Amino acid sequence: MTATLEPEHIAPPDENAHRHPSDFEYVKVALVLMVFTSIEIFIPYHFEVSGIAFVIMLLLMATKFGVVTAFFMHLRFDSHLFRRVFFAGVFLAVFVYLIVMSTFHLFGHDSVTQPLDERPPIARYTH
Amino acid sequence: MTDAALPAPAHDAHPTSTGVSNEKLGMWCFLGSECLLFGGLISVFLIDRAKPVLKGPKVSSLYDIPFTSVSSFVLVMSSLTMVLALAAIQRGEHRRARTWILTTATLGSAFVAGQVYEFTTFVHEGMGFTTNLQSSAFYALTGFHGVHVTLGIIMLLSLYTLSLRGKLPTEKSETVEIVGLYWHFVDVVWIVIFTVVYLIKP
Repeated sequence: MTATLEPEHIAPPDENAHRHPSDFEYVKVALVLMVFTSIEIFIPYHFEVSGIAFVIMLLLMATKFGVVTAFFMHLRFDSHLFRRVFFAGVFLAVFVYLIVMSTFHLFGHDSVTQPLDERPPIARYTH
Repeated sequence: MTDAALPAPAHDAHPTSTGVSNEKLGMWCFLGSECLLFGGLISVFLIDRAKPVLKGPKVSSLYDIPFTSVSSFVLVMSSLTMVLALAAIQRGEHRRARTWILTTATLGSAFVAGQVYEFTTFVHEGMGFTTNLQSSAFYALTGFHGVHVTLGIIMLLSLYTLSLRGKLPTEKSETVEIVGLYWHFVDVVWIVIFTVVYLIKP
């Protein structure tokens, strides 16, 4: 209920809020995203996606994610509160689901593709 | 170029206890929670993809990467047109804002049409929703994303109608910004899906 707030309860304007980019700057950001996407598409066609190529793919994805949120969603220019709220969700999701995937032996272990009797005890219940 | 000389204005201070708009903060909270929804769907897909396929084709054997790449470029372009719509309405250029909003909705529709085409092709190739675990996880993940894009298109068309009726003045540009946040989030989720699901194969 913003209309009933007493003046002492109203926060001062956020000092972290800056002016937004111009249209031309937005176009430049979109071009950068297109170049990154092109590199992402190029890699699997010419290299096996493992080791360094795999890491580069993930870095490109993370960079594109960061660029869109920073410039198009204005997180770079808006209040830090929005950044904290959104990235709390992102990091919580990454953390929780990395644990879930490791529970299912997805990383560095092919137990899910092994015959049932050769799997470690926990993996027998995950198929 | 006059646009370069006139950057979009910063946000006004809001008379709230946080100093920011409650509506915008609400949208950011919603988007943070959406990360958990899509994180769950992506995890399930990755877990199911690692398992052997007992029936029907493997999902990765049916991908048409050039076609999906074009869809990805379309979605990136729609993010650009969305942010240009916001910048235009913040400058009071309503006609231009409407053009960009309609362009964004059109690009979004092209993306959804591409997804429908992809799904139809996959079904004709023998991969239905219940064919195997991989296919169920794939359709659930990309289908949920498609539904989000469709909802975004409906919101964009509502904005267009409001603007045509003169109910979207410059002072209410935050409405466009909030719909824009949702739209960009849909793009961000696709960035992850495109890389993890389509490009990085097991």
